[in-house]
Amino acid sequence: MKKLLNTLYVTSQGTYLSKDGECVVIRAENGQKKRFPVHVLDGIVCFGNVLCSPFLLGHCGEKGLALSFMTERGRYLAGVRGPQSGNVLLRREQYRQADDPVASADIARSVIAGKVVNSRAVLRRCLRDHGDRVDAGMLERAVCTLDECARRLQTPVSLDEARGMEGQAAGAYFAVFGQMVLQDEEAFSFDGRNRRPPLDAVNCLLSFVYTLLAHDVRSALEAVGLDPQVGFLHRDRPGRPGLALDVMEEFRSFMADRLVLSLINRGEVRARGFVTKESGAVFMDDDTRKTVLTAWQKRKQDEAMHPFLRERIPLGLAFHVQAQLIARSIRGDLDGYPPYYWK
Amino acid sequence: MDRTLPLSALQHYLYCPRQCALIHVEKVWAENRFTAEGRLLHLRADSGSAGRRGGVAEDRAVPIRSDRLGLYGVADVVEMRPGPDGREIPYPVEYKRGSPKVEDWDRAQLCAQAMCLEEMLGAVIRDGAIFYGKPRRRERVVFDTPLRSLVEQSCRDMHTMVETAQTPPATHGKRCRGCSLKGACMPKTGQDVERYLLKGLEP
Repeated sequence: MKKLLNTLYVTSQGTYLSKDGECVVIRAENGQKKRFPVHVLDGIVCFGNVLCSPFLLGHCGEKGLALSFMTERGRYLAGVRGPQSGNVLLRREQYRQADDPVASADIARSVIAGKVVNSRAVLRRCLRDHGDRVDAGMLERAVCTLDECARRLQTPVSLDEARGMEGQAAGAYFAVFGQMVLQDEEAFSFDGRNRRPPLDAVNCLLSFVYTLLAHDVRSALEAVGLDPQVGFLHRDRPGRPGLALDVMEEFRSFMADRLVLSLINRGEVRARGFVTKESGAVFMDDDTRKTVLTAWQKRKQDEAMHPFLRERIPLGLAFHVQAQLIARSIRGDLDGYPPYYWK
Repeated sequence: MDRTLPLSALQHYLYCPRQCALIHVEKVWAENRFTAEGRLLHLRADSGSAGRRGGVAEDRAVPIRSDRLGLYGVADVVEMRPGPDGREIPYPVEYKRGSPKVEDWDRAQLCAQAMCLEEMLGAVIRDGAIFYGKPRRRERVVFDTPLRSLVEQSCRDMHTMVETAQTPPATHGKRCRGCSLKGACMPKTGQDVERYLLKGLEP
């Protein structure tokens, strides 16, 4: 099995990254230098004004390292790809199936199954661990809605039904999400998703962690030769990584949302780490951003049994495995796409 | 053959046709310790230049190809040994980091090199050698009819596979242990996705 390697997150402004032999050299604005061998990395994420030499970009492309540029606040700007990326035959098959409503609905069904089952598992885990501190009735009603979705997914669904169910599952889940915040509930109150810009601290955290998840899922898809823009559940929209959004569905609740909840509930991020702008937009400060990045990196190292492969792997590798499995189901090596079920 | 494949593809094909398809059809490549060591070993071998060794002229990193087999590549070392009629006969030598294998993978690759040289030079080459890094010893290889047929048949099958872009299904075996593409190949995954899907959806 592939090894989980590190992702290098560069947040210091004005840093210059270059290539020296098989190493990445990081030079900070004050002249301080650090170096990392390329073979211990599988991605570099640059936030804001971080500069990279063309030779480093080329080397990353050649070695299959995902290199992404984000704004300081984590909005994706651009990524670097090498001269030959992936397998054109696989991509053509991906396009054919994305054009075919029946084939698309099959994959969409798996993706939604992953989303529903994992969201339900997160709510159940909360009921089990903190049943006395939350409105258990409300959470149980949400679990019932998700149960109903799960039941309908036991038989094939149309693409429209799958999309409808995605909305229904997300609605039920986010309606009770705020219940799972157990620390400093006033500062971290949550009534539903909002973004661009996020209007509260919880949404600010969620959006940022989703960006990190999107980066990792996108690069895993690119690494196996799939086109991250062409999705099955998510319709094509220029500039939107449809397939990355598809595969993210199964990971959002247990990888991203639970990370946000535990950062808040363990007091690792605090209300004073957020800045509210005149417009009501909420942003996190540099220290909070670093805390989130470190926690994300650590979360990816947690190991769990992959439910389909029956092999213990770090969660960060699960993105690659799912990308591999979706590629194999597109190629017809597998008779469907098995989502990652979190237990 | 309208498409030529690297000589290494033949060796991959003999080792495992699926591995060959993953590399040349699916364009998957993953390096592990073994492939990295092999790459560095060749980097060193390829950096040498032509010279004489014990009275025998030798050339290193010799580009070779065969239109008939549809192969191209680089021979590590080609020695020019004097033949009985005074003409020099090429003698290919291949460097391998590991130890000699029971199977014909390495011998077939060397034989293919010889067949390339024969086509390019109009010569007849009867033998060559493989230098193994583990015992640090040369093994002589005779290019007999069965070995030549193996090369020809494998080349034909391999080209058909790549031309039609058919990746054979995975079969799990002992070979998988040292394979750098195991992660991409997933030789052990079962087929029944629907059952797995339903099991997860249970209340």
